[in-house]
Amino acid sequence: MAFRLLLGISSTLLRARLRQSIVAAVGVTFSIAMYIALSGFMNGLNSLLDGLILNRTPHIRLYNEIRPADQQPLERAFELHSAAGNGTVHHFINRVKPKGEEARVRNALGIMDALRKDPRVLGIAPKVAAQVMFNVGTIEVNGAVNGIDPKEEDRLLHFSDYLVKGTVAQLASTNNGIVLGKGLADKMQVGIGDVVQVTSIQGDRTMLKVVGFYQSGMADFDNVQCFATVSTVQNLLVKPRNYITDIQVRLHDLAQAPAMAREYAARFGVDAIDIQTANAQFETGSAVRNIISYVVSIVLLVVAGFGIYNILNMLIYEKLDSIAILKATGFSGGDVRTIFINLSLIIGICGGLVGLLLGWLLQLAIDRIPFKFDALPTVTTYPVDYDPLYPTIGILFALATTFIAGWFPARKASQVDPVEIIRGK
Amino acid sequence: MSNGDPVIETRKVSKYFHDPVTAQVLKEVDLVVKRGEYASIVGKSGCGKSTLMYILSTMDTDYEGELYLDGERVTGLSHDRLSRIRNEKIGFVFQFHYLISEFSVLDNIILPGLKLGRFERPELEERAMGHLRTMGIEHQARNMANQISGGEKQRVAIARALINDPLILMCDEPTGNLDSRNSAIVEEIFKRIAAEHHRSLLVVTHDDELAARTDRIITMDDGRIVAL
Repeated sequence: MAFRLLLGISSTLLRARLRQSIVAAVGVTFSIAMYIALSGFMNGLNSLLDGLILNRTPHIRLYNEIRPADQQPLERAFELHSAAGNGTVHHFINRVKPKGEEARVRNALGIMDALRKDPRVLGIAPKVAAQVMFNVGTIEVNGAVNGIDPKEEDRLLHFSDYLVKGTVAQLASTNNGIVLGKGLADKMQVGIGDVVQVTSIQGDRTMLKVVGFYQSGMADFDNVQCFATVSTVQNLLVKPRNYITDIQVRLHDLAQAPAMAREYAARFGVDAIDIQTANAQFETGSAVRNIISYVVSIVLLVVAGFGIYNILNMLIYEKLDSIAILKATGFSGGDVRTIFINLSLIIGICGGLVGLLLGWLLQLAIDRIPFKFDALPTVTTYPVDYDPLYPTIGILFALATTFIAGWFPARKASQVDPVEIIRGK
Repeated sequence: MSNGDPVIETRKVSKYFHDPVTAQVLKEVDLVVKRGEYASIVGKSGCGKSTLMYILSTMDTDYEGELYLDGERVTGLSHDRLSRIRNEKIGFVFQFHYLISEFSVLDNIILPGLKLGRFERPELEERAMGHLRTMGIEHQARNMANQISGGEKQRVAIARALINDPLILMCDEPTGNLDSRNSAIVEEIFKRIAAEHHRSLLVVTHDDELAARTDRIITMDDGRIVAL
């Protein structure tokens, strides 16, 4: 009852200065709308761009890097020799090349079993990379065929997002099927259902049937990379079933990747690289874009806050008489403060709610602007993130700003000494 | 409580103004206003009569001495408590009407009543209409406060002062802004309030005619009461 009375007084005073109140509310509306539209757009773009890297990169990749022995054999001989105190010895055999080593991960199937049992791991996708030649008429075109587990690759690395033709299921079910990079397919002038001849580096020839096209948006990649099932590539290379060159790991928690990469490298005796190390630059971009949208919105809201502060100050100055008589007839300082804070909050809530609506409409509008993005063939308009977090933050921030903007004038009003006003007349 | 009990009592109330130089405006004033009494405070400009009234009103708390209202010591009470006491027990009429122009006449009158919360709105409106009727302005009840004449505004202010059935009505120059005809109306209303409701009235005024109609004239000079 008491609060309703004070609220009634607030809204009556508000109606007395309707035009200024609306102007103040419009300030809040614009800042909220801008914040929501901007955040939705920025974050839509962020997740799109982050997704380009995050979605197609394993959190940890286990592989076996081919490199010369860390310590060359003759160095050891030299050490032994000098340790024996036999003086300086020269030897002329150096640069011993790596030999008899395969790019495969040793005991890949065992490692995969172990990884599947690790509770921190969301899933794993094996890969067999092979350098090949495609025979196109009389010439040969370089390519790389990646043997993958299509279903896991799609679940963990969003393979189907980049398939412009064909499906994951077709790749999985077709014996000797291949998905060609779009650039490569154009170069070879082949279509779905055509058969291409692939020659491995060792010279083994295989016929593969084209079941789809792949487009990542990076021309160098699309001109070379192709995908087939793991067993197809193993057959092509004439390798056994345990020939796996990469084990791609997706984790439940991305942040654990660096530590776990080190752990796996030590535990399995393989090379392991984590996503943070592989793509150190991407987080910086997201952070900067976030900061920009917050700064713009905060500036807008602060300006709106000043507008409210201004109009309340004016209103209080005009209404000194009313404040004096309210206090004389029994309204306390707290009541008067409540009246003016209510006033400010009414402006904030009205402006904020309209702002939510306008922000949402702006998001819808942005969502309809055509946007062609080669890297993601499925995207046709600007991406917008409709996360309810932004409207929530927006309205909370609007309320906080208007409350603070109202607090100081309201406190001043509550401290008005009615005697001073009444005696002054 | 019956007629004759003190409604307001001051004990050695002194007041100083410090701006621009310290000056004592009230000098150990002892005053008792009894229930049902219709009293006026008169005196020259600057004799401290308004200052005294604002101390009696509990709005001015910066004084020495003690103030009792309805037998309760109000000196030193918190501002919130004093607001409550004013709301319940004191009605004010000032020289200026202080109506809130965004509210209707009726709403202006019932605002202190809504604040007190003793009665619900319909009941308050009925009581307010009753007051307006006795003052002959019930036809203005639904009009906005800024649409009525000066004399009517002052009558509305009186109705507002009466809405919570206060023990005492305090008036500071209530006829100061009015022409003689409206002054006469207001004087008549005061007389009737005092007679019919056994309510105390304390009127600070320059107007000798108004003072002459009161039951008791308190004369002040230089911060002291010189004649009761």
